[in-house]
Amino acid sequence: MSDAAFPKRPRRWMLYAPVGLAAAAGVGFYAMLQGLRDGSYNPRGVPSVLLGRPAPDFTLPALEGVDLPALTAEDLRGPLPGPVLVNFWASWCAPCIIEHPQLMRLSREGVAVYGVNYKDRMAEAGAFLKRHGNPYRRLGRDEPGRTAIDWGVYGVPETYLLDRQGMIRWRWAGPITTDTLESELRPLLRRFA
Amino acid sequence: MIGELGHFALALGCILALVQSVLPLVGAHRADARLMALAAPLAVAQLIAIGAAFAALLWAFAVNDTTISNVVLNSHSAKPLIYKFSGAWGNHEGSMVLWVFILALCGGAVAGFGRDLPSALQARVIGILGLIAAGFLGFIIFTSNPFERVWPPPMDGQGLNPLLQDPGLALHPPMLYLGYVGYAVTFAFAVAALLEGRVDAAWGRWVRPWSLAAWSFLTLGIALGSWWAYYELGWGGYWFWDPVENASLLPWLIGAALLHCAIVVEKRESLKIWTVLLAILAFGMSLLGTFLVRSGVLNSVHAFANDPARGVFILGLLMAYVAGALALFAWRAPRLGGTGIFAPISREGALVLNNLLLCSTTAVVLVGTLWPMFADILFGAKISVGAPFFNAATAPLAIPLVAAMAVGPLLAWKRADLAGALQRLWWVGLLAVAAAFLTLLIAGHHVWPALGFAAAAWLIAGAAADILDRIAAFRRPSQAWNRARGLPRAAWGGAIAHAGMGVTFAGLAGMGLATDALVELKPGQSTRLAGYEWRLESIRDVQGPNWSSRRATITVLADGQVVTVLTPEKRFFPVGRMNTTEAAIHTNALRDLYAVLGDERHGGGVVRLHHNPLSPWIWVGAGIMALGGGLSLSDRRIRVSAPSRKAAPAPA
Amino acid sequence: MTRWIFFCLLLALPAWGAVGDPNERLADPAKEALAREIGRELRCLVCQNQSIEDSDAPLARDLRRLVRERVAAGEEPSAVIRFVHQRYGDFVLLRPPVTAATILLWATPFLALGGGIAVILLRRRRAMAEAAALSPEEVRRLAELDRGAA
Repeated sequence: MSDAAFPKRPRRWMLYAPVGLAAAAGVGFYAMLQGLRDGSYNPRGVPSVLLGRPAPDFTLPALEGVDLPALTAEDLRGPLPGPVLVNFWASWCAPCIIEHPQLMRLSREGVAVYGVNYKDRMAEAGAFLKRHGNPYRRLGRDEPGRTAIDWGVYGVPETYLLDRQGMIRWRWAGPITTDTLESELRPLLRRFA
Repeated sequence: MIGELGHFALALGCILALVQSVLPLVGAHRADARLMALAAPLAVAQLIAIGAAFAALLWAFAVNDTTISNVVLNSHSAKPLIYKFSGAWGNHEGSMVLWVFILALCGGAVAGFGRDLPSALQARVIGILGLIAAGFLGFIIFTSNPFERVWPPPMDGQGLNPLLQDPGLALHPPMLYLGYVGYAVTFAFAVAALLEGRVDAAWGRWVRPWSLAAWSFLTLGIALGSWWAYYELGWGGYWFWDPVENASLLPWLIGAALLHCAIVVEKRESLKIWTVLLAILAFGMSLLGTFLVRSGVLNSVHAFANDPARGVFILGLLMAYVAGALALFAWRAPRLGGTGIFAPISREGALVLNNLLLCSTTAVVLVGTLWPMFADILFGAKISVGAPFFNAATAPLAIPLVAAMAVGPLLAWKRADLAGALQRLWWVGLLAVAAAFLTLLIAGHHVWPALGFAAAAWLIAGAAADILDRIAAFRRPSQAWNRARGLPRAAWGGAIAHAGMGVTFAGLAGMGLATDALVELKPGQSTRLAGYEWRLESIRDVQGPNWSSRRATITVLADGQVVTVLTPEKRFFPVGRMNTTEAAIHTNALRDLYAVLGDERHGGGVVRLHHNPLSPWIWVGAGIMALGGGLSLSDRRIRVSAPSRKAAPAPA
Repeated sequence: MTRWIFFCLLLALPAWGAVGDPNERLADPAKEALAREIGRELRCLVCQNQSIEDSDAPLARDLRRLVRERVAAGEEPSAVIRFVHQRYGDFVLLRPPVTAATILLWATPFLALGGGIAVILLRRRRAMAEAAALSPEEVRRLAELDRGAA
């Protein structure tokens, strides 16, 4: 095959485009795999829209049979005496049992933990608290689940941290394990104290 | 013992694959006939080794060897044998063994049936297949050993998920893998061509059947998965643009472009570089799918176990093979020779348009699938890309593609008369318009179904027009029958495959007109849907071999005549403590009647009823497409191989 | 994570009550169809990659109910979608909004087609130029043939 068959000015960039794209994609995938390992990349996580905003407007009734005041948006307006945790939970939620000791510990240390009982039956919610302890200073009942939708909650348990001005600073979807408590929550509580 | 033998066989296969990847390639490079001659025996030896390993795995499942952890996790003694086997390949480790087994089969086929290939080409192809096998066998041995032991062995396995004990789901992975791995062969041919520096008719004669076979199996695999979802998951959905589904669609689209190009390369000297690039990309897409599904980067209900360590290994293989082949392509493609000159309006031109549209569609599906991941890692943005996007973005590409599918076959090579071709399709166009019009008339203002039926009519009648044109039915009717008998199978295959696509479109359009009803009925009460009367007779307890259920009996009547009796159930499996909803479906050629049982209340039950017009056509159409591919494969001209190098002195 | 698996199982394995509630549906078929169209644009956040119409997670059911309430009240589809978008962010929209992060995504069909056409035209022009040009060898042979024919 004569050399004249080779293009004199080869459109090299066209030929190199596929391998270039493949290499770039490869780098991206590698970054994702690394992110999976160290937790910075979470394909399943959904970020909260409320970060940096005050709590949405809502009024929730109290849970009967439990001697706690109800929860409304007014209780979360700044200025607050200290950072506040708002915890969405339910008696039918297994991971809620996992995180309950951590909530109890925070409550004993004086952190204000407010609860929202999500789509639950009063009797069962009461029984849950009797069995596992009651960390909440205030407790609202969101039986229809609309307030949770207003907060952007997509499952239980979910916990929000508000600072002294009543701004939402942190949202955790899933149970607060001892690991989460020590590595994530405690530094934040100190920061917003 | 069998487990250890299986493990040993895998290791042996890996070593053989490594040897297979080095010696024949060196031999081809140095034109050393003895080294090249080692290729075929090595491929056969590897097939025997991997075959033994696969057999060992199947044996372990068949006898329910609970000392092997894979068996414990995925099987149970109570399963019927066929589902024990499907459990063997229904998990990550087992499916990888199936993958390398099919790869070894392909290598053996190239070795066995390829004696007439030029020896350098055969050696190179087998060498590259060996390279791929070595990589994946290494992956299996180092990260995904299916023969891991567990001691002490539990009493029985845990794998009794009733959802997975299903014929559709049992066949779905093997069909898919035959497709994915079939593209490894075309990939090997493409890389061999780049190494050799040329593409000729013999090459084309080999690439075409492999592309056809891979595509046909992939079509069947995708259709089986979609059909399974439809009848099993209980709400009549069949395609969700889920990332794992898209991962199977990508090689299918590129493969469709590839098989058309392979036809051209065989006949003409055109489109060589396209064919080589598409062959590399088709396998690249199937490897990308393997990576996405098994690495954990993907967000999907379907995805296998999420293990970043495995992900890094597969990413390494993906980059080595695909980026490596593309780099080789960038370096060596010009050497393959220029494209033959053809007018823009010609069969070649239509095929280039076909490639363009299929590759653009692939790009859209690829970017749509990967974008959420890349947006997350690059911008930290969490977005969703779902069905509305994919439907909106692929429709404008699908419409010109469907239009071209009927026109293309009527165009001549090199330079064609478009006006003439369109004239021959006048009645096809008329049928398409009529179909759309009738749909709007009968069913009301449903634009997409009307377009779908128009597309279906265009494609089916267009396929008929193609055949009629080839046999000159209108020009010389007396000889038409003889010409029809003498028409090569490939011509029939192509027309049938295009018609099959039309049938699928009709099915999709019909589903667009589906209606459903959600009602609470007490026994004796009935409701009306789609002109039928649906009467709930009873809801009773029923006992099965390993389940108990609540079964509703629904009689469907048309004009007082019983059409069918549907028995949807809600089953409870005590062993796995699992509930499933069994939909009841009555299929005839024109529609599905579908019933699902929901909650029971107040003495009656909630039932959801569906009338799905033409829904079986979706999967029947896919079957017809695969049939067309198979018919094309069986064309005698393919099996008459290129002249043997040994018989006649070939020019250097 | 566990909660995740729980909800995903609810979806992957059709569960009790996966059929839905007749009372959920709107009486007016036109409104029901509109509500479904809206529902198909909203993602079920719990079980990923499905719309709230296809999923039977409790959250999906609540959102379906919410959508139908608003549609029944006469709210425009865009307003309903905006309501949900404000609470859950871009992730809940199955049709990605056109933002800086997604402009390339929406441009893909055009870029792919345009890029492909450009490549084809460029290569065609070069192939034509090549075919027109003869190598020195070919010029010599042509001259020989000419001489031979003369």
